[in-house]
Amino acid sequence: MQNAALEYDYTVAKWFTYLAIIFGIVGMVIGTYIAFELAFPGLNELFGQYGTFSRLRPLHTNVVAFGFTLSGIFATFYYVGQRTLKVSIAESKFVHGVAKLHFWLYFILAACLVVSELLGITTSKEYAEMEWPMDVLTVVVWVLWGMAMFGLIGMRREKTLYISMWYYIATFLGVAMLYLFNNMEVPTYLVTGMGKWYHSVSMYAGTNDALVQWWYGHNAVAFVFTVPIIAMIYYYLPKESGQPVFSYKLSLLSFWGLMFVYLWAGSHHLIYSTVPDWMQTMGSIFSVVLILPSWGSAINMLLTMKGEWNQLKESPLIKFMVLASTFYMLSTLEGPIQSIKSVNALAHFTDWIPGHVHDGTLGWVAFMIIAGTLHMAPRFYKREIYSKKLMEMQFWIQTTGIVLYFSSMWIAGITQGMMWRAVDQYGNLAYSFIDTVTVLHPYYTIRGIGGFLFVIGLFMWAYNFFKTMTSDKVLDKEPAFASPMGA
Amino acid sequence: MEAIREWQAYAYFFFTVFLVVMLYGYILHLYRAEKKGTRDYEKYGKLALDDELTDAPVEVNETRENEKNENKEQS
Repeated sequence: MQNAALEYDYTVAKWFTYLAIIFGIVGMVIGTYIAFELAFPGLNELFGQYGTFSRLRPLHTNVVAFGFTLSGIFATFYYVGQRTLKVSIAESKFVHGVAKLHFWLYFILAACLVVSELLGITTSKEYAEMEWPMDVLTVVVWVLWGMAMFGLIGMRREKTLYISMWYYIATFLGVAMLYLFNNMEVPTYLVTGMGKWYHSVSMYAGTNDALVQWWYGHNAVAFVFTVPIIAMIYYYLPKESGQPVFSYKLSLLSFWGLMFVYLWAGSHHLIYSTVPDWMQTMGSIFSVVLILPSWGSAINMLLTMKGEWNQLKESPLIKFMVLASTFYMLSTLEGPIQSIKSVNALAHFTDWIPGHVHDGTLGWVAFMIIAGTLHMAPRFYKREIYSKKLMEMQFWIQTTGIVLYFSSMWIAGITQGMMWRAVDQYGNLAYSFIDTVTVLHPYYTIRGIGGFLFVIGLFMWAYNFFKTMTSDKVLDKEPAFASPMGA
Repeated sequence: MEAIREWQAYAYFFFTVFLVVMLYGYILHLYRAEKKGTRDYEKYGKLALDDELTDAPVEVNETRENEKNENKEQS
């Protein structure tokens, strides 16, 4: 009887969803702008030091990875966590308070990150650019998330943790470990009295720094762009389609496989560098082995749709998720291919790498977050999704954008790699660097257009979401499976 | 240097065999547990579908239930 009046509390999930939308737009507008800067370098000069590629590029990566994606992860966690554990976060004032504090401190941290990056304050370690005061705040934010997570788990009515929860827990533990070790740093002012109070240098030097950095960098891809996104698809695709996951056993096997294998693959970022040869080989081998657990999850998702493929035609939400799963397969095949030593000799430092990153992040990560938030919208507001047609249009515009992005980067990257390696009959380099830049110009323009199309889709997503909030088509009760959509 | 390479080769062989055994061992464990009836893994797929607060849990968390009962008795 007690449950009759009890409802899931989506307050914090909603707040994080709003942030995901805002950071998604901000991060990808910046990304598109710097893509055009590469094609048309004059754009670098429009806003003085604040508009240069070197200033905006870390801002783009940080805002999309740690603003957009993390907000999406937190939003979906506060939704999926409650539902699969069958507990309302409002049942404990303490846990609910912790979750709210988690949001506000995260918001302050994200704002500090944006401002400091714009001012050019950075540790210069890729994806770990925050200086030590913000690193300390990050730890606090992360611990608060952990408290909310394990608080919810402690209160649960459901004994068994659903596979999505395993993935969220892995995200929490994985990032905690990676972040702490990679951000070990010496605050220069406090230790030596030199430099600004917020400045720091890495505790590691030379090759060791590179190794720790890429152990972190690659596993940031693992535990921010992969693991929590799998958590999302394991919940949202079965729920939206009304089909239980094809094989729960396969989901468990893939989980342990991914956890074990991913952590060893980071050294593929350092092939042909000064790290020991065996470590490079190990990175290569584990990257290839990584295909198995990745495809295990992706195939499990596609097979979940068995006998229900008509839904792919009927529902744009299912389209987003099935294509996300497909892009995950593409990306997790492409990555291992790039980490094979002979392929890496051609691919490393070329545009094929950002091409690979973006078919994963746009096609897999962003599509899943978009699908997750639009699935949640009718449950948040007890209203129909504003427009199905708009969602269909968004899907096709963004898919076209992604295809333009990665296909142009494949061509650009391989062209670039071949030109750098080309020698004449005497062994002299056949091309100078500027020759490659000239050849690549059209592909850079196409990439910019691809990004622009994706950003248009983001505005359609935001419009659809906010119109859903105020839609007059109110629902009597929460939809069980397929989300109701207006024409 | 040669000695290190030899050790690397032994370690490589050992870990390959070990990991293959672990992998297939886990698969075997999953299927055996289901065949013996100790666990039905596939029912957990329902956790995503029947996720209303009013839905009956797939497996009740007895720790929470016990605590609730104890609190009732005390009051």
